[in-house]
Amino acid sequence: MNSKDSKVLASPKRRLLIQSAASIAGASSLGFPALSLAQNKPIRVGMPTILSGRVAMLGQSSSNAANMEVEKFNASGGFGGRKIELIIRDSKGQPQEAARVARELVTADGCEILIDAEASSGAFAVHEVARDLGVLVIHTCSETSSLTADPKIRTPMSFRCARQGVHDAIIGGAYAAKVAKEKNLRRWMTCSPDYAYGRDTTAEFAEYLKFFNKDVELVGEAWPKLFQADYSEVITRLLQVNPQAIYSCLWGGDLTSFIDQSNIYALFSGKQFFSVNAADYAVLTNIKNVPLGLHSGNRYLQSFPNTPANTSWASSYQAKFKDLPLNWAWQNAAAVQFLTAAIKKAKSTDGKKIAQALEGLSIDSPFGANGKLTLRADDHTLVDYALAWGELSGKEPFMKSPVPGSWKQISELEVEWKKRKGYA
Amino acid sequence: MNPQALFECFSSASCIVTQMGTGLIVGSLLFLVAAGLTLIFGVLGVVNFAHGTFYMLGAYLALTAYRLTGNFAMAVLASGIGVGLFGLLFERFLMRRVYKADVLMQLLVCYAVVLIMDDVVKIVWGAEFLSMGMPETFQAPPFFIAGGVVPVFYVYLIAAAMSIALALWGILTFSRTGKIIRAAAQNPTMTSALGINTSFIYAAVFAFGGVLAGLAGGLAAPVRSMSPGMGFSILIESFIVTVIGGMGSVSGALVGALLIGLIRSFGTIGFPLFVEGLMFLAMVLILILRPNGLLGKDSRT
Repeated sequence: MNSKDSKVLASPKRRLLIQSAASIAGASSLGFPALSLAQNKPIRVGMPTILSGRVAMLGQSSSNAANMEVEKFNASGGFGGRKIELIIRDSKGQPQEAARVARELVTADGCEILIDAEASSGAFAVHEVARDLGVLVIHTCSETSSLTADPKIRTPMSFRCARQGVHDAIIGGAYAAKVAKEKNLRRWMTCSPDYAYGRDTTAEFAEYLKFFNKDVELVGEAWPKLFQADYSEVITRLLQVNPQAIYSCLWGGDLTSFIDQSNIYALFSGKQFFSVNAADYAVLTNIKNVPLGLHSGNRYLQSFPNTPANTSWASSYQAKFKDLPLNWAWQNAAAVQFLTAAIKKAKSTDGKKIAQALEGLSIDSPFGANGKLTLRADDHTLVDYALAWGELSGKEPFMKSPVPGSWKQISELEVEWKKRKGYA
Repeated sequence: MNPQALFECFSSASCIVTQMGTGLIVGSLLFLVAAGLTLIFGVLGVVNFAHGTFYMLGAYLALTAYRLTGNFAMAVLASGIGVGLFGLLFERFLMRRVYKADVLMQLLVCYAVVLIMDDVVKIVWGAEFLSMGMPETFQAPPFFIAGGVVPVFYVYLIAAAMSIALALWGILTFSRTGKIIRAAAQNPTMTSALGINTSFIYAAVFAFGGVLAGLAGGLAAPVRSMSPGMGFSILIESFIVTVIGGMGSVSGALVGALLIGLIRSFGTIGFPLFVEGLMFLAMVLILILRPNGLLGKDSRT
C-alpha cells in the first residue's frame, strides 16, 4: 500500500475519531456520560460447568436452562437497560480445572458473579475460588449437604440453588419406611456409587429409613465404582444376599446400565427397588423395561408439580432445545430467576448487595412445592422446592401417584441433623 | 471383608454357577478389547492408547445400525466393520507416521484422537448417555442351572466371544496370514526382505484390532449405557489384562481377561470393598513372579 492510499483510507477514520471525541466531550458537558456507558455495559456472569466427558449432559442441561432464563431477562429490558452476558466454560469434570476456569472467568473475563454448575467435586473447588476472590457464587448442581450446612464452609457470598442430600434422605426415608411397613420389607441392601456423594447419601437415607421404621435391617452393601461399565458381579452379590428391598443412589447412565443388566438376571423379581435418582428424563427415556416395584424421588418431572406453570416451562424448554429438561435444568433456571430478582430488589449489580438481597428471598417459581421457592436466610440453601417419591411406570406421566414430601417434617428433622453434625 | 461368605459360596453349587457365569461374561468382553490391544502391540510394538475409543465407536455404531435395521446381528456386524475401517484410517493417516517416534509422541497422537472422537460422538449422538435396550430375542427369563442364575443374553455373548477367540487362534496359528503376522512381529526387517509388504500387514493388524474392539462394543451395547468418554475405563482394565497375560500374547489376553473376570466375581462375595484392589494385587503378584506376564515371551530384542 502506498502513502497516497493510506492517506485516503486514513481520513474517514480520523474524522470518525474526531467526531467521537467531540461527541463524548459534548456529552460530558451535559453531565450523563457515566450513565450512558454503564447502561450499555453487560452484567457478566460466569458459569463453570461440565461440557465434555461422561457427565456432559449435566453442563448441557444446566447451560440450556440458564441461557433460556437469561434471554427472558434480557428480552424484558434487563436491569435498567443492562443485559446479562452469560459466559460458560468447560471444566471437563476435573476439580482443578473447575477452579482454574472459575478464577479466569473473574480475573480475565471480568465476571462479577459466578453460577457454579459443577458436580460436587468441582463445586467445592469453585467455592474456594469465589471465597478467595470475594465474588458472589450460586451453586446449582451440588447436592452435598455440607456445602451450605457446614458454617465453616459456607460464606456470606455463597448460596445453593439446588436440592440437598439430607432433604432427599428425610423424604425418601419416610416414604420407604411407609412402603416397608405396608409390604413387610425387613431385609434391605444398598448399592450405590463408591464416592463421597454415594456414601453420604446412602448413609443419610439408611439413617432415616431406620428412624421411621425400626424393623428394617440392613443385610449388605455393594459399592460399584463411579462409571463402572459392568455391574454383573454386584448384581450376582445382590442375588446371593437376596434382600427384600434395595436402595441405590446410582444416577444417569450408571443407573440405566445397572437396571438393564439387573433385568436380564431377573434381580427385581419379588423385590422392591428404591432408586432416588430414577425419575429424571435422561434415565426414564433410556430404561427399556422399567421393572415393577421401582420407586424414586422426583428429579425433574413435567407432571410434578402438576401445575400449568411447570408444564409450560417444560414445553418451552423442549420446544427450544428439542430435548426434555433434566434435574440440573430446573436448578439452573431457578438460580437465574433468583439472581435477576435479587438484582432488581437490590437495585444494584454489586455482589455484596445482591447477596444481601438473596438472603431469605422468595420468588414465584414453577418448581416450588407451593408455587414459591426460598433461599433460606440462615444457611443460604434452597427450600420449599417440589419434593416427592412414588412408584414409577415406563411412560408419561412416569410417576402416577407422587407422594409429596412435607417441608415441615424436613425442617424439624434437619435442625436435629445439624445439631448431631455440629453444624448448629 | 467377609471370607466366610466366600467359603460358603464355594460350598454352594448355585453360587459357583452364578459367579462363574459372571466371571466369564466380564472376562469375555474384556478379552475382545484386550486381544486387539495386545495384537497391535505384539506386531507393531506400539501401545494403542486410543483403543478405548474403538470400543466406544463400536457401541455407538451398533446403536445406530440397530435403530435402522432392528437386527442385533447386523448391528454387531456394522460395529465390527465400521471400527475396522476406522482403525485402518487411523493407522494409515496418523499412527504410521509416528511408529519410529518417541512413545510420548505416540501417546500424544492417540490422546488427541481420543479427545477428538469424544467430541465427534458428542456432536453426532449427543452429550446425554444412550441405551440400546435388550433385543427381543434375548428378552427371556434367565436359565437356572443348579440353582444358579445365568442370563440368556450372556450365554450368547460368551459363545460369541469364545468363537471369536477360537477363530483368532486358528488364523494366527494355521493360516498363511497368521504366519506372516507372526513373522512380522518377530522380525519385521527380515519379513520385508522376503518380499512381504509389512506396511500392509501393519495396517491390516490395526484394522483387525479395530474389528475386535468394535465387536466388543457392539456386543456390549444392549447392557451398557453409552456416553462420550466411555472407552476410558475399559482401556485401563485392558491394560491390566495385557500386563497379566503378557504384552503381545493373544492367548495371554484370554487367560488374563478370564482371570480378571473371576477375581471380580468371586472377590465381590468375599471382599466387597476391595474388588479393585484385588485386581491390582493380582497384577502386582504376576509382575513380581513372572515379569513378562503369564504367557508373555521375553522382551523384544
